[in-house]
Amino acid sequence: MIEGIQLEFFLILGTLVFFIGIYGFLTRKNLITMLMSAELILNAVNINFVAFNKYLYPENLEGQFFALFIIAIAATEVAVAVSIIISLYRRIKSIDVEKVNEMKY
Amino acid sequence: MELIIFYILVAGILISSVLTVTSRRILRAAVYLLFMLLGSAGLFFMLNFYFLAAVQLTVYAGGIIVLIIFSVMLTSQVNEKLEAAGIKKSLFSLIAVAAGTVVCISAILNYNFPAVSSAENDSSMRTIGLQLLSYKENGYALPFEVISILLLASMVGAIIIAKRDVSK
Repeated sequence: MIEGIQLEFFLILGTLVFFIGIYGFLTRKNLITMLMSAELILNAVNINFVAFNKYLYPENLEGQFFALFIIAIAATEVAVAVSIIISLYRRIKSIDVEKVNEMKY
Repeated sequence: MELIIFYILVAGILISSVLTVTSRRILRAAVYLLFMLLGSAGLFFMLNFYFLAAVQLTVYAGGIIVLIIFSVMLTSQVNEKLEAAGIKKSLFSLIAVAAGTVVCISAILNYNFPAVSSAENDSSMRTIGLQLLSYKENGYALPFEVISILLLASMVGAIIIAKRDVSK
């Protein structure tokens, strides 16, 4: 842990980044930028896990493993989302969420 | 010295995450996201989680950002500006976000966390590897295998979804 920095500082940082991500998710219309906001949210959760691990239970590594699994799941999520975005763009020539109302056959 | 680096990292994380969600050029938003991820990798380095920081750098900064930039280049004009969100929409989102932030921060500040433990943790590669593949208590063999199956499935799924339709 870092001298002079409380656990609450990390948690507030995580909260701020999380809600910045939520703001982006609510206001953006482009699918790729919404995906970036989702990445922000996941990363905020990672910061929280790591801070808890380091400050409260430093003898275990649970927070680190959860952060690792979150990173792996974020990678798979981005891969599938990008392929969906590309096939959507081929079909309707746009990636605006408001124009994607004809996804069904 | 350590404190100064820490505050610089935190300021960088906050500024670049705000710019990620407000920038109107999509490629710049991706680069700001990259800076945000680099900043949090720096935080992990400062907390002595070297392996996690390295994974963050390689998987996020090396993999995910490149994937996002590729998809930006495949789907939109790089110079084109995104249209800004409507004033009503951004106002209501701002209110909701501010309310959530206030609730969360007040909950954090009012909760009594157990005393900070000062034990040293052993986050060397050897410990991580042994614990990740152990099936005894505190072992993570099952989630590890499930993640590998998930990675395979998403790889196959991504190829099949993005494949050109041959039947037409």
